[in-house]
Amino acid sequence: MAAPLSVKVEFRGGVELLFDGVKKHQVTLPGQEEPWDIRNLLVWIKNNLLQERTELFIQGDTVRPGILVLINDADWELLGELDYQLQDQDRILFISTLHGG
Amino acid sequence: MCQVGEDYGGPALREPPTAPRPGREHKCVKCKEGVPVVVIRAGDAFCRDCFKTFYVHKFRAMLGKNRLIFPGEKVLLAWSGGPSSSSMVWQVLEGLSQDSARRLRFMPGILYVDEGVACGQSPEDRAETLTDMRRVLQSTGFPWHLVPLEEVFSLPPSVLRCSAQGLVGPEGAYKTAVDSFLQQQHALAAEGAQDSPRLALGEEQLCQLPWDPLDSQSPVGPPAAAQTEALTRLFGSVKTLTAKEELLQTLRTHLILHVARTHGYSKVMTGDSCTRLAIKLMTNLALGRGAFLAWDTGFSDERHGDVVVVRPMRDHTLKEVAFYNHLFAVPSVFTPAIDTKAPEKASIHRLMEAFILRLQAQFPSTVSTVYRTSEKLVKAPRDGPAASSPTPRCLLCMCTLDIDTADSATAFGAQTSHLSQMQPPTPLAEAGTSPEPCCAPGVARAQDCCRGACEREDPGAHVVEQLCYGCRVNMKDLGPGPAGDPGVSDRGQ
Repeated sequence: MAAPLSVKVEFRGGVELLFDGVKKHQVTLPGQEEPWDIRNLLVWIKNNLLQERTELFIQGDTVRPGILVLINDADWELLGELDYQLQDQDRILFISTLHGG
Repeated sequence: MCQVGEDYGGPALREPPTAPRPGREHKCVKCKEGVPVVVIRAGDAFCRDCFKTFYVHKFRAMLGKNRLIFPGEKVLLAWSGGPSSSSMVWQVLEGLSQDSARRLRFMPGILYVDEGVACGQSPEDRAETLTDMRRVLQSTGFPWHLVPLEEVFSLPPSVLRCSAQGLVGPEGAYKTAVDSFLQQQHALAAEGAQDSPRLALGEEQLCQLPWDPLDSQSPVGPPAAAQTEALTRLFGSVKTLTAKEELLQTLRTHLILHVARTHGYSKVMTGDSCTRLAIKLMTNLALGRGAFLAWDTGFSDERHGDVVVVRPMRDHTLKEVAFYNHLFAVPSVFTPAIDTKAPEKASIHRLMEAFILRLQAQFPSTVSTVYRTSEKLVKAPRDGPAASSPTPRCLLCMCTLDIDTADSATAFGAQTSHLSQMQPPTPLAEAGTSPEPCCAPGVARAQDCCRGACEREDPGAHVVEQLCYGCRVNMKDLGPGPAGDPGVSDRGQ
């Protein structure tokens, strides 16, 4: 049983276009049976924040190749990627590397 | 590998064995002390400081080992606002302000090309973007130039002519140049030290630079509406996104080179990253530009003669660039591009990007393998050293023509003759030439003499004859002829 969590989700590098241009979101995740991890967070974002073009952000159960995920300013590869368990006040940053040059 | 009886009915996609993932509890692979923040390549975890050293070192090493940029040379930095070129500008900024032994020694200027018209941006959005750009440009302290894409209409035809061959001197020239530059600086420092001993050598250098940062250029107001409309029409008449992207790139390149020539820059630096160049290599193969891969993706591109394009970021992956920019607060401005939000199959560029990146996610050495392959590509002259006359060049991309103009037997020859039957563009027709091709379809392929006559009668064919294969294929997707590109029609005559 996971308590509600408050996390900061930020979108940069062009991903924000899919979220109506809003870069920073203060998100309160409701309490639920399973603990919150990045996998669940992505599903939650898809259902609650994503305005359009899901396939440009999520592919399968992970982010689209080319989108970096930083958790508290660290590469998510160091923290278990999709399996990382969210903590209260974590900052999750999604940066698209595909835009611009 | 393949065996009789092996069961292919199993899971459709066999996952590669995953390498053990570095975790936060491990230490930085370099210094063995710091807490790692980023994973580079396949499993190397770096801490913040080691990552910075690694990143900066790659940039300096790329410039240093190629020895193309001479001390005091004027170099134009092509900045798009995006992460890679912003990172490049930042590296140059930091490199110029370092202590004297390791300081970069060239004189930069920055150019931003406003491509809002190609992306369909409204004038208000364009003005807003320009304000953001101007702010960043001014903060660098370099002379800067802000040019709208509409300026292509003011390009002289000389832009499409390859200038006299470049400045690659003998082997020792670089070392000599650096030594004499250093001697000069020591002499100046010695004089300066008598007057103002407290000024650090670095500041002394900057004060003596002959360019004036106030000599920056920006258009007084928005470009003429007629030009904007003509360019919008031009891009609107292009049938495929692939051709649009190629057209935009061609126009942008010519504009950048023109600005470089006008202001005396002998080098242009672009921010193409490793990932982008790997994608570009594969894309260009698909576009029929296989003959020019070495120029399109190599460190230096001397096809234009007097101005050389260099790519100092070509060893940095997009992931490294994005991390560096985030960790060290490099300013960049996001602008929508021509392919923003386009679906995956919208163009060859997008398709190839998706292909490479998806492959990279499963096989993390994909991009570096393609990159290493591109490093092995050699720029061989077409006719060998014995060629006395300059080989003909493509009108649009300036590469040596890769096609046999007398080729009539292949399907490609048929394609070309089909193009010559096309209605030539209105502006060219107005120039007084008859629009009637002198040969009936099918006959045009047969004789060289017939083709010569066709050239005189049909300016459309004349232009096409001077294009390389890749550019010809793109031309097919353009509307009724290159109506918006007067440089091409003038030069083609």
